[in-house]
Amino acid sequence: MYQYIAKRVLLVIPTLLGAAVLVFVLMRMIPGDICVVRLGSGGGSFDPRAVTQCHTELGLDRPLIIQFLSFVWGFCHFDFGISMWSGKPVSLEILTRLPISLEIALLATVIAILIAIPLGTISALKQNTWTDVVVRTLAIGGIATPSFWLGIISILFVLDITNALFGTPWMPPIEYVPIWQDPIRNLSMAFLPAVTVGYRYAAVSMRMTRSAMLEVLREDYIRTARAKGLLEKIIINRHALKNALLPVVTVIGIEFAFLIGGLVVTEQVFNLNGIGRLFVQAVQNQDYTLTQALVMLTVTVFVLTNLVVDLLYGWLDPRIRFA
Amino acid sequence: MSTTVHSQIAIPAVADVEIELRRSFWHATLHFCRREPLGAFGMLIVLIMAVTGFSAELIAPYSPTANDFASMTEAPSWSHWLGTDQFGRDLLSRIIYGARTALIVGLTSAIVGGFAGLVLGVASAYFGGILDLVFQRIFDVVMAFPLIIMALAVVSIFGTGVHNVIVAITIPLIPRCARVVRSSALAIREIPYVDAARACGYSHARIILRHMVPNVMAPFLIMLTAFVGQAILAEASLSYLGLGVQEPTPAWGLMLQGGAEEYASTAPWIAIFPGLAIALTVFGVSLFGDALRDVLDPKMRER
Repeated sequence: MYQYIAKRVLLVIPTLLGAAVLVFVLMRMIPGDICVVRLGSGGGSFDPRAVTQCHTELGLDRPLIIQFLSFVWGFCHFDFGISMWSGKPVSLEILTRLPISLEIALLATVIAILIAIPLGTISALKQNTWTDVVVRTLAIGGIATPSFWLGIISILFVLDITNALFGTPWMPPIEYVPIWQDPIRNLSMAFLPAVTVGYRYAAVSMRMTRSAMLEVLREDYIRTARAKGLLEKIIINRHALKNALLPVVTVIGIEFAFLIGGLVVTEQVFNLNGIGRLFVQAVQNQDYTLTQALVMLTVTVFVLTNLVVDLLYGWLDPRIRFA
Repeated sequence: MSTTVHSQIAIPAVADVEIELRRSFWHATLHFCRREPLGAFGMLIVLIMAVTGFSAELIAPYSPTANDFASMTEAPSWSHWLGTDQFGRDLLSRIIYGARTALIVGLTSAIVGGFAGLVLGVASAYFGGILDLVFQRIFDVVMAFPLIIMALAVVSIFGTGVHNVIVAITIPLIPRCARVVRSSALAIREIPYVDAARACGYSHARIILRHMVPNVMAPFLIMLTAFVGQAILAEASLSYLGLGVQEPTPAWGLMLQGGAEEYASTAPWIAIFPGLAIALTVFGVSLFGDALRDVLDPKMRER
């Protein structure tokens, strides 16, 4: 087991280092001089000394290898430099936007699990019946529906319903209030975005639950359990579901990392000031220090989530770690 | 008489073989439709989208960019079946032209990304050793970037527009395909016919392209259909964020960006129909992809 953990943890290092190289190279492939673009964006002329000063500020006058090492070192202790657009430290920008994104991500995960596992199991148990067809269609619908459109439609729906019921249209609040200060306001803000992102998440997990369940239900030990005369409920809950959930755990873990991508678009729809919206603003404003920090952060979260999932999988299923 | 029969059986004419092939193609299609009615339905949706998109000039009732300020945010009617947007442009025409943009981006990214991944994946499995190890690490690194994040990073460098969006979506698809193809190709490498081909002195390129690639077609085709859906969604997302296809090119995501939220309560059709077009197309692609997987993957046959 320890050997498996060590091997898996060590694999993370080259991946993260490679990602750092890729982000670093990508950000330096931007055509033209960042400082010239930044200073010239107003349209007027600018002092060439300002360009030199900007180069010094961003550290662009140093050799590439030193720039890279300072980028990696900065990343290691959460110091990403100064945002080119707002002038504030990048780490501060990220930290102030993190709670809302994290809350939506967690809420979406809970919603996805609550929908996916029961529906996926029922779909597998009632294979090729109407229930199965409905659940599978719902699942494919979840994969096909763009989350931002679902967001727009849900806002539309809430507006119409509240207008019809109370005479005045109601919109979810957009300013973040911590859940311990005002839980109702907090949840009424986070709920719709979480459902919007969670639907796709639920769809993917539902399909995995169904197919894993179908595979397990064909195993010999399930037949043995049936032959022993065990109650169907016990067979499903204790024998089948426990084993079928292994691949589902993997999907839930991997999709959690993908939520960041979903949030980029959903936060835009709901006008929420989270990490995803910050990302879009960074790209729109050509704020490269912020973009590179956010990309690197996303990749790190993704790689670490995968690591946790793999270790969890190894712990849950002895066949993996001894293979 | 007997010689004629004999010749018919022993040496079928080229035309006969062609008819046979053609018949077997239609036969296979018919068989697929009968076995997988949902998949056939999905294929039909995609076909309709493709035909309308590529013959947009013939079908669309109006120009997608023609403004009619007399009929702005007009509800669906006989003259504008799906209504008009805030600039008085006909929504149906824009959706029809948008199908072309979506399919061009979706198909090009999926096909280029898929084929690059196919060649890299098979080559990686075939050569093995250090090359395989290096490729594996590179795939790991690129796959650590969620699709939309990688696409955003690429767009931030190269800028917006259809061509850059295609590049931005293609790059992250390559390692995803290579990874799946590689694992299938690893199994094929051990089968004696690859050794036989090597013993015949064939070049590496010939062995990879003629002997290994055709045998990993099943997982490859399944990946390819999934990619088309993902690419269409990614393009729509990027365009919605204002970082993808730019005006005046009609694109579904872009149509949702402008007035969709602003006019949500007064002209909901602006928000509803373009999104429905995206969802329906990706739904069709996914249904077809699922059916294809069921048919091509022997392990799934019993399910």
